[in-house]
Amino acid sequence: MAHKILIVDDEPNILLSLEYLMQREGFEVRVARDGLQAIEAIEQDAPDLILLDVMMPGKTGLEVCQHVRAIDRLQSVQIIMLTAKGRETDVAKGLALGANAYVTKPFSTRDLVAQVRSLLPSAA
Amino acid sequence: MTRTRVSIRLRRIFAMLAPGFVLALFGVLLSALAWLGLSQPQRAAVAASAESLIAMAIMGWLIASAALALAAQRLFHDHVDVLAQLEEQTRIRVAGQTRQALAGAGGLEARALAVAISDLAAARDHLLDDIDHQVRQASLGIERERQRLAALMAELNQSVVVCNLDGRILLYNNRARLQYQALSGSPALADGAGAIGLGRSIYAVFDTKLVEHALDTIKRRLARGAGNASAQFVTTTRGGQLLRVQVAAVLDSADAAAQAGGEDAHPHLGGFVLLLDNLTRDFEQQSLRDQLLHAMTEGSRSALANLQAAVEMLEYPDLEPAMRERFLAVVREESRAMSERVQTLAQGAASGLKTRWPMEDMLGADLIAAIARRIDNTEGMLARVDAVDPAIWLHVDSFSLMQSLAYLAARLQQEFDVHRVDLRLSGAGEHAHLDLVWHGTVMSTETVMAWELDPIRVGGESTPLTVRDVVERHAGAFWFERERARHEAFFRFLLPLASGREVPAAAAATHHDSRPAFYDFDLFQTSDMARDLQDRRLDSLSYTVFDTETTGLDPSQGDEIIQIGATRIVNGKLLHQEGFEQLVDPQRPVPAASTRIHGITPDMVRGKPDIHEVLAAFHAFAHDTVLVAHNAAFDMRFLQLKEAQSGVAFEQPVLDTLLLSDLVHPQQESHGLEAIAQRLGVAVVGRHTALADAVVTAEVFLKLVALLADKGIVTLGQAREASQRSRFARVRY
Repeated sequence: MAHKILIVDDEPNILLSLEYLMQREGFEVRVARDGLQAIEAIEQDAPDLILLDVMMPGKTGLEVCQHVRAIDRLQSVQIIMLTAKGRETDVAKGLALGANAYVTKPFSTRDLVAQVRSLLPSAA
Repeated sequence: MTRTRVSIRLRRIFAMLAPGFVLALFGVLLSALAWLGLSQPQRAAVAASAESLIAMAIMGWLIASAALALAAQRLFHDHVDVLAQLEEQTRIRVAGQTRQALAGAGGLEARALAVAISDLAAARDHLLDDIDHQVRQASLGIERERQRLAALMAELNQSVVVCNLDGRILLYNNRARLQYQALSGSPALADGAGAIGLGRSIYAVFDTKLVEHALDTIKRRLARGAGNASAQFVTTTRGGQLLRVQVAAVLDSADAAAQAGGEDAHPHLGGFVLLLDNLTRDFEQQSLRDQLLHAMTEGSRSALANLQAAVEMLEYPDLEPAMRERFLAVVREESRAMSERVQTLAQGAASGLKTRWPMEDMLGADLIAAIARRIDNTEGMLARVDAVDPAIWLHVDSFSLMQSLAYLAARLQQEFDVHRVDLRLSGAGEHAHLDLVWHGTVMSTETVMAWELDPIRVGGESTPLTVRDVVERHAGAFWFERERARHEAFFRFLLPLASGREVPAAAAATHHDSRPAFYDFDLFQTSDMARDLQDRRLDSLSYTVFDTETTGLDPSQGDEIIQIGATRIVNGKLLHQEGFEQLVDPQRPVPAASTRIHGITPDMVRGKPDIHEVLAAFHAFAHDTVLVAHNAAFDMRFLQLKEAQSGVAFEQPVLDTLLLSDLVHPQQESHGLEAIAQRLGVAVVGRHTALADAVVTAEVFLKLVALLADKGIVTLGQAREASQRSRFARVRY
């Protein structure tokens, strides 16, 4: 069974690429355009991994992350933060709030795929 | 002196008579013995010739006594009179009236003594001359130094204010005066007089806590032996300007420090220098630059990510045409948006000096201790210092950080009933974690976000800054975490570590010596402000000498003040450059009769500020001084009648030159200002403007203070008490 990935970003231009990329890599992909949609999607059907943009209107990625970490049954969900904030202190904050990895934009799609695979059990 | 002379005369008579008396006693005793040794017949024989025998004995005694008296007189002259004269001459010499050698007289030894005393006196004269010379040289040197300093100050592009430890201003330059005027939020009454002035407190302008915090930092550094003891803070003024204040220590010389009573080798703080910089413009430019930079870097990251991802998708050879077209559209759109952004940024790029917030290196443990103290000061709040890494040095703006933590602790107390917090500090790579920890209560992310974005408010003081501003200023981060296992929640500040270390103690010693000695003045004696005002010497107090012009003589019948003039006396000197003069709109007609006296016409006062505004400004000008006026009862009556309405009360002590003059010259007929001025030799020019009269009153007052001292009236309390006894003191208005 393919791993389920949720991609959360408010920019359609990156969503398009990431969705195509992850589908090509054989994942079952859903997308959300802001924090609230993301939380809805997560609670409906918990994904195995979330690609989460930090800067979004409404609820930020950090808040979504904290929300997920506060729910016990979602502890196994892997979270990769995608962000334009490249400062070291931002990275530290993201990781402190429960992200498993932190990827600064821009990034290479190949590295991102590698990062995603490393966080998911290779059963599939 | 007279007593000495009398006793010398008595002693001389005694010395002359004593030998004769002893001789007589001896003769009588001898005769008595001889008489006892005689047999009966012999006695009869002697008795027969007794008359002639006695006559001969008395004759012999008289001659011998006279000779002895003469000899005694001679001896007395040589050994007592000469010495007494010598003593007198020596005293005259000691008093310094003459520099003649002492006239030697009398015996050999007395002459030798006179020579020796002359030599001693000559040696003393030489020493005195030498001291005089050195004092003159030193004063010249100091005078030159002052001139140089004054020139330097005048030329300086920066505002300089020098204060003693009480925060009293001892020195300021012209630029500081101008800047003060711009800064004070009050309306520009009387040309902004009163904001800055010698002897005034700097705390009228700056928050005491800010300056104290800076001084604490300096003291800590001095205690550690750091040479470059200075600190800085940024503050907003009432006028809404952003000001950077650099505080540098003025150190007592090592000698003075040793005298002040410490074996500790650290120099003592004797006062401080403030260097003021108006940051408002710089800061605006800085934030603009920050925005630009941010837009360039962070703002481009997303766009680049979009581009890169799309391009990398395009590289897949098996891409179906529809998909390819969509990715190409993304690339086109993103590159166009990017070009536009670069264009806009290039146009908006402004150049400006890069200004930083006042970040300073600080020992983490010190900061934590200071924060704990600050939180402890909040009522019902207890702060405990938990685990602190003693090796951590932070690069922080300690004041704003302390405020942030005190603010967070206060909100925890108010909104979640937390009464106990712990403080932790630990290293984390290039950063440090500063945690504010509490137990039990858990809060939502929204709450934390709100606290982070609300303006910091601590104990009634509020700042425009938010916790987020403070964190951004440190290029740090702030978040809320909880450790479920330990039922612990904490706010964590991620703060930068100090890059270098402070100047080590070893290098400090030479550092002090190489500092130019501009503080060679006598200015830094800590004033005795703390002492009771009444016990302070008249010549050590600060005064506001003032005069009012009015529409008439009867305030209770509606007469009003139309002008207030005032000048200041600090340290016995009249400060001509710090005058106050302001016309007042009396909001009633100005009688022509009064215009003849003061020359102020209705036109001149029309549209001027009203009495309440002017009294407020004058009150600020007279802050912390003793009021002086001629016939003060009259002026004070006008001021007091306005008290209830304007809410401005003049509660300081008042001295009246009219009463003081009566104390000094009770026999004089007139104690009018002009008569006193004439009597005391004070030149009167341009009378009957309030300021000119105030200046005359001030000069008269200075002369009176000297004359009062001759009468034993030295302190303020004595002067006020004596004034009450004057025959004029009963006059009421």
